[in-house]
Amino acid sequence: MHISEGVLSAPVLLSGGVLTFAGTAIGLKKLDYDRIMTVAILASTFFVASLIHVPLGPGSVHLILNGLLGVLLGWASFPAILTALLLQAVFFQFGGIVVLGVNTFNMAAPAVICYYLVRPFLKEKKYRAVAGFAAGALSVFMAGIFMALSLALSDSGFFSTAKMVVVAHVPVMIIEGFITMFTVTFLARVKPEILFGKNSCPVCR
Amino acid sequence: MTFERFCQGSSLLHRTDPRFKIVAAIALTLVIALSESMGSAAFGLGVSLVLLAIARLDFRQVLWRLLLVNTFIAFLWVMLPFTYPGDTIWAAGPLKISREGVALAFLITVKANAVIILFISLLSTSTVADLGHALESLGVPSKLCLILLFSYRYIAVVNEEYQRLARAARFRCFRPASNMHTYRTFAHLFGMTLVKSWTRAERVGQAMRLRGFNGRFYSLYEPHATAGDFIFLGVMLAASVSIEAFELGLSRLIF
Repeated sequence: MHISEGVLSAPVLLSGGVLTFAGTAIGLKKLDYDRIMTVAILASTFFVASLIHVPLGPGSVHLILNGLLGVLLGWASFPAILTALLLQAVFFQFGGIVVLGVNTFNMAAPAVICYYLVRPFLKEKKYRAVAGFAAGALSVFMAGIFMALSLALSDSGFFSTAKMVVVAHVPVMIIEGFITMFTVTFLARVKPEILFGKNSCPVCR
Repeated sequence: MTFERFCQGSSLLHRTDPRFKIVAAIALTLVIALSESMGSAAFGLGVSLVLLAIARLDFRQVLWRLLLVNTFIAFLWVMLPFTYPGDTIWAAGPLKISREGVALAFLITVKANAVIILFISLLSTSTVADLGHALESLGVPSKLCLILLFSYRYIAVVNEEYQRLARAARFRCFRPASNMHTYRTFAHLFGMTLVKSWTRAERVGQAMRLRGFNGRFYSLYEPHATAGDFIFLGVMLAASVSIEAFELGLSRLIF
C-alpha cells in the first residue's frame, strides 16, 4: 500500500526524498550501461507483479516482491523501484510526486537489506527455501515498519493508525514469504544464472 | 491492456511542453500537500478542478480512477476519527469519535484528491516517453531516464507474457484459492515470467550494442518551448504562490 499525497509532514517527506536520492545515486553509480536493460525489464516485471492478485481468505492481495527484487538487484533496487512507483503514479495515480521519495525508500531499503542478509544463503541448497521465505517475509515486514514510522513521525496522532499498518502487513508478509520461496527455488532449478551467475547481479560484479 | 488512459487528446494541457507541466505539477503539489488549513486545501482543489476542466478528459473515467485511489484515504477514515486524540463529539461504548480526527481525515481527503486530480490533468496527459525525455532535459541522470523509458516500453510485453502463462494455467483447470498449491502456482508463473524477461533483456541488450548503443536514447520529438508554455508555467507558479500566501495569511488570521 502506498501513502497518499497530503498525509505526511514536511520533515518526513524531505528525509524520504534525501534517502531515496542517496540510494538511487549509489544504485546508478554501481550500474554500468551494459546492464541497464536488465534492470529496466526487471522493473517492468515487478510492475506487472503488482497487478497480480493472489487470493487470501475472502479477499485478495497484490504481490509486492521487493524482497525478491532486492536479492536479484542489490542497490539497483532503488532505481528499479523508483521507476516502477513513478510508472504506477502516472498510470494509476497511486502515490504521487512529493511522496515518491518516502514510498520508494520504504520499499527499496528493505530490498537492499535483504540483499545483504539473505543472498549469501541462497547459494546453499539446504538453506535456499528458508532464505527465500525470509527475503519475502522480512522485506514486506520492514516495508510495513518503515511505512508505520513515516506516519508516526509525521504526527503523533497517527500512532494507532501506524500500529494498524504493521498488523495489516502480517498476512501479506506470510504470502510474500511463500511466493518468494517458491520463486527462488524455481529459479534455482530453471535458470540458476539469474540467482548466481557471474552476470547475475547487475551491480555486484 | 492499455495503462495510459488519459494521454490521448488535443486540449491545451495535452499540447503543453511536458517539461513545463512537470515543474508546474511539482510546485502545486508541494504547496497543496503541505498546507495545513482547510481553506488553502480547498483553494488547491479548486485549481486542480479548473485544470481538469481544461484537460477535457472523460469525466466518468476520472471519477472511477479517483474511487480506486481513495482506498488508502478510506483506511484513514476508518482509523483516524476513532484513534486521533481530541475532543469527543460522539461516543458509543469504547468507541469515541474525536473532532480533530474527523477534521484531519477530511483535510487529508481534500488535499489528496486535489493532488490526484492535478496529477491526472498535468502528468497523465503526457505519454511516459515524453515525460522521460522531459525529465532528462530537466537534469535527471540519463541512466535513470533510460531505465524509465525501457521499462515503460516493456511493461506491456511482460504483462502479455504473464497473461499468456496465466491463461495456460486456467485452461488446465487452475482455480486460485487460499492454499499452498495456489501460492506455488503463482510463484512458478511469476518465476517463468522472470526467466522470459531476463532472456529478453539479454537479447535486447545485445541487439542494442550491435547497433552501436552508446547510452543515449534519441527522440524524434524535439521539444520547442512556445510563448504559451511560458505563460502556462507563469500562471501555474502564480497559483502555487497564491495558495501558499493564502495558507500563511489564513494561519495569521487564526493565531
